[in-house]
This record gives sequence, C-alpha cells and structure tokens, in this order.
Amino acid sequence: MDARAQGIGLLPGLTLADARARVPDLLVAEMDEAADRHWLERLARHCIRWTPLVSVQAPDGILLDITGVEHLFGGEAGLVVQVEDEMAGIGMLVRSAIAATAEGAAALARHACLPVEDERAAIRALPVRALGLDAEATVALRRAGLKTIGDLATRPSASLAARFGMEAVTALRRLLAEEQAPMDPLTQPAPLHFERRFAEPVGHQETVAGCFADLLREAARTLEERALGGRRFVLTLFRSDGARHRLAIETGLPTRDPALVLRLFDERIATLADPLDPGFGYDRISLYLPVTEPLGASQPRLDGTVQEETALAELIDRLSTRLGPGAIRRLVPNDSHIPEQAQLALPAIDSRVPVRWPQPAAGEPPLRPLFLFDPPQPVEVIAEVPDGPPHCFRWKRKLHEVRLYEGPERIASEWWRRRGGEHPGKGGLTRDYYRIEDVRGRRYWIFRHGLYEEKPDPQQGPKWYLHGLFA
Amino acid sequence: MKGDSVSILQKALPQGPLRRWRSDVETLDAALSGGLAYGRMHEVFAADVEDSVSTAGFTLAVATGMAEGRSLLWLRSRRASRGGGVLQASGWAELGGAPDQALCGVLPDTMALLKAAVDALRSAALGAVVMESWGGMRELDLTASRRLSLAAEKSGVPLLLLRVDADAVPSAAHTRWKVAAAPSRALPGNAPGLPVFDVDLLRQKSGPSGLSWRLEWNRDERSFRDAAHAGALVSVPLRRPAADTGTGPLRQIARHAA
Repeated sequence: MDARAQGIGLLPGLTLADARARVPDLLVAEMDEAADRHWLERLARHCIRWTPLVSVQAPDGILLDITGVEHLFGGEAGLVVQVEDEMAGIGMLVRSAIAATAEGAAALARHACLPVEDERAAIRALPVRALGLDAEATVALRRAGLKTIGDLATRPSASLAARFGMEAVTALRRLLAEEQAPMDPLTQPAPLHFERRFAEPVGHQETVAGCFADLLREAARTLEERALGGRRFVLTLFRSDGARHRLAIETGLPTRDPALVLRLFDERIATLADPLDPGFGYDRISLYLPVTEPLGASQPRLDGTVQEETALAELIDRLSTRLGPGAIRRLVPNDSHIPEQAQLALPAIDSRVPVRWPQPAAGEPPLRPLFLFDPPQPVEVIAEVPDGPPHCFRWKRKLHEVRLYEGPERIASEWWRRRGGEHPGKGGLTRDYYRIEDVRGRRYWIFRHGLYEEKPDPQQGPKWYLHGLFA
Repeated sequence: MKGDSVSILQKALPQGPLRRWRSDVETLDAALSGGLAYGRMHEVFAADVEDSVSTAGFTLAVATGMAEGRSLLWLRSRRASRGGGVLQASGWAELGGAPDQALCGVLPDTMALLKAAVDALRSAALGAVVMESWGGMRELDLTASRRLSLAAEKSGVPLLLLRVDADAVPSAAHTRWKVAAAPSRALPGNAPGLPVFDVDLLRQKSGPSGLSWRLEWNRDERSFRDAAHAGALVSVPLRRPAADTGTGPLRQIARHAA
C-alpha cells in the first residue's frame, strides 16, 4: 500500500467489498505469488551490482550487506540515492533503511518514519510489532504497556524470555545490534568458463583441436556435476599478435556431448568466409558457455534406437549452424483471425515443442489456401454491385473466368486494436473472401476490401485483392 | 552406447525390395510397379508457372502420405517464396498434412538449397524432404543430383524435388512428373470441391512412362482417387446465368444443408 492508496482510505487487510465501497472504480487483480517471488528474485539478482551479499526477504524485501562496499558509491548516503534512483527507474517504489544489523534495517524500512536521522533512537522508537513475533505475543506486549522497542530494552531479558520465549529475546537483541544473525545470500554459480594458456604460441592445427576437445570434456564434466546442458558454446582463439577469433554455436536441445559440439564447430568453421589463420600461433584458447539449461542423466533405450526426437534436434542444430539460426523454421499459430497474421514462423532451434494446429472439419474441401501473398496482390474484378461474387478477374495481365465460387466469408478488421476503432467507420475495412475456381481448374482466394456501405473509395467502390492460392 | 549391435544386425540383413508408398489408385501403383519408392529422388514439374500451387499441393499430398506421421522438411528458395507466396500452415493442414510436425526453410540460393537438402537427407529422422525451386538450377547437375539420390538411398528418406518455371534436364531422379491444375468436382451450390490434379508420369527408371491420370486428393482419407474414371465430373457452364449471381450466402446454406 503506497501513500496514495492510503490517502484514499485503502488499508492492508481490507475486504474487497469494503475497498469497493470506498473506491468504486477500483481495478482488482488476482495475486500471483509465484510471479511476485520471481520478480523479487530478479530484483535481488540485479542488486548484486552493489554488493556480492544479497538475500531475498520474502515476500517484499531485499537485504544488501553493504559492509565494506559503500565507499565505492560515495558512502552510505550515496549508495541509498543510487539504489533508490535505479529502482525508481524501473518503476519500483522502495523504502530503504540502513542499520547495524539486517533485522534492524528490515524493521526500520518496514515500520519507521523515513528518512532515519538517528539509527539508535529510531530503532528504540519502533513499535513492538517490529519484533516479528506472532499476533498474540504482540498484543500481550502491548497490553502490558510495552509499546516500543525502547520500552522492551529497559526490561530484564530473563522475564521477557520467561513470558514470551527465547525467540523474543533473540529478536530484540538482533534489533538492538547486540547479536548478528547469519545471512543467507543468493548464490552465484561460477561462470562456465574454461581456458588453456600456452607457454609458447601453438600453430599446429591438431594440437589446437586436441586442446579444444580437452576443454569440451572438462566442460562436460562440470556440466554433469551441475546437471546442466549447454545451449550456446563460444570458442575464442587468442592469437599471439593480439588478434582474436570468436566462434559460437547454438544447439536446440541442451547437450554436453563433446563429440556433438565438436561436430557443430566443424560445420561452423566450414562456413567461415575466410578460414582461420593461426599466424604465429595461438597463445590462449577459451570456451565459454553463456546459456545452459537443466539436463538430467539419460540412458539409452533397451532396443538401442536413438530417439527420433534427438535425431531431429541434431538435424535442426546442424542445419541451423550451417545456414544461420533463422534458416529452418517451425510454423506456429498466432492468435489472430486476420489470415496473414495467423501464423508465426519461429526459428526451429528455439521452438522445440510443436504447437498443434487445429484440424480441419472432415468432409469439407480446403477452406484455407496453401500459399498466401503478403501483401495481397491487387486484381481487377468484374462483379455485381454492391456485394455480388466476382464474374471474372484480371491478375498479372491475364483474364481468369470464374467457374465455381463459394463465399463470401466475411473477416472483419481488428477494430479493437485501433484507436477509436469502436466508432462506426473507424474500425478498418471488412474483407469478403471468395473461394474461386477458374475455367482451367486453378483455385484462388480473392477478397473485396471493404463493404459497399463502408465506402472505402467513394469514386471507384471497393478494391479487390488476390490473397492466396489453393492447391 | 547407441545400439551398435542393432545397426550391425540391420547391416547384416539382406537388402529387401524397395519400400514403396501405395497411392490407392490401382493404375498408378501398377505403372510404378507397386507405388512410389522411398529413399529415392522424385522430380515434380509444374506444367506452367500458374500451376505452381497445384504442383505444390500434389507434392505435399504425396509427401504427407510418404512421411507416415513423421516430420517433413520443406525447403524453398527465396524466389519461390516471392513468386508463389508464403507457405501457410492452415492450408497445409487443410491438405491433410501435419504442419506442427513440419519444418520449413527459405534459403537464399540454389547452392544453399542443395547443401541443406543433402544434410537433411543424411538424417533418418525425417519422413520426407521437399525441395521447391523456381527457375533453372544450374548447380543441380548430374553430380549434384547423384549426390542427393545417394543420400536419400542411404537414409531411406524420399526427396521430392518441386520445380516451377524450369525445363527437365537429365538427372538421377527415379521418377519425373508433370502436374497441372484440373477442374474440381463442384460441390452443391457450385462451390469448388476437393483439389484435382492432372498428373503426367514423364519418365521412370525401369518402368513405363508417358502415362497420365486425373487425381483427386481426399485429405480425410489421405489418399488419391482416379477422378477421370469416376464419371462424376459435372459439366458446368462457363458462365453462370446472370440471375444466379448475388445469392452466394443462400447457396452456401444450401450446400451445408446438403
């Protein structure tokens, strides 16, 4: 709840009916805990730029241990300004506080009046719920007249422990910086970076290739330990005169098979416009795996057949390495009823899971063309006004006489995507599609762009286009 | 680890007769001595540039039948994509294919097309490979076509080479076809019906050639039907009477009711 929400009377824990009563035009969204957690973790990873020790405090806090790093950002104040600016830049509203202990900082950020002038006094002025005890204990403390942390700090801890348990005392000691709690920072796995340095420049091709195979095997061992497979492999060859050659391959399925990766690199090297020139030799080669994915251990099938899926994925990798990552594509449905926008061609290396296309109804002739012109090709049509089917049409300077037709199939424009499209006449033109067969048996998909009453062109009437070809 | 013993077994087996795909049209299968052969290269020529889509439809129908549910790779040259239009998965499904299992590639030139086709044919993971090219293919000489057909033979994957706006030159293809669009059997309400193709078998290795058929493709059964001998071809006037126009939606309803 930010200050504006509280200003119009919304409070945490308010029922939806009450909230609607106070703010009638309230927009309600379901809480998505998983997404919130995910976002918080991303923010936390982002914070690693300020300190290596970052931990996530679910559900809404991030803790940075800035011991020894604040001078890099102009002291504590400078760091706070930087963090707040950065967060405001990505649209996050933050409350931040700095204290001697993690618990102290968290309690100040949640409960104190910001900004904090005197840390010690501010912690002592915090309400007792800042201790994070259960509701019963908090109420009991308040009933006993102990309203702030300062009140509690003056009491002997033995009686506090007897009444509320040891955890109350621990929480209090941590708030007052008398005790440090261990931190659970986000772990950052070491980057998958492998390299070999040579004492003397190496120009012999076999030696370099053997060394690279060694690197791949080393990478495979590390990947296996972490149960990962590489999706992208980058090989950099450092020449002794300072030149660098960088080669990268990608795979559709995560892999750690050195032979397969080596084969893909061979393909990659074969497609290079100018071959690798070792010059006076390489003094360093490195392998880097920027993209990895989980990959469990696999076992071969009893019948010994290599799984067809794997074979297909290997083929896709090979073709994509040879011809470029976008050369081989998979057709995926796109959620639009405008024919030319109804499909996406995604690189097959990235879209591993096929998406089902709807099956056509049985007993019907093909209702959608095999090939579509984008943009549609204009044709001259003789048709009855206002909305008759075409009699004959001229396409590419040839006259086609219509023998059979079916239609119209009316496809409206996507008026909801246009500004002001809900007003009559501003939603775009409707298309009337006709399936047509000419006297020679060729089948076309032709549409009239705009209904007669939509007046697309007052002088000439609606235009006609040839959009697709049927088999 | 990868089932060496099985591949050894397979190698030890005697090479049986060619695996063939039956089209269910008896005269066609008889002319091909049992059906279209797997692991071979088949050339399909469009009779005219305007028949490109019919040729593609025929090729797709054959490839779908031969792939038997496995993935199909459709390689096109950039010129094919410019001249013939963008390949549509919905239209693909309308012809009985499985576009979700399919891969397509649009490649800049003939050289890339040939390279990709050889690479793809070497893998047994595919059900069929279709290579669509417009215009002449100077790079596809006897050596190149022999390389393609060898790769196909080794993996058993059929290659359908779809040529538009091109003349036939000597090649290592097993069969050569010419396809043109043919008038369909009209559905009630004068609507265009199932796709019909005029198919000529121009050439065949060790078999009769110079035969022609008129085939109708039924995507629900995934089979061809001899449309010429069905006798159901309706003769339709070239131009409908003027009074009959303008009632499209009504005739639509009549068709769906029938």
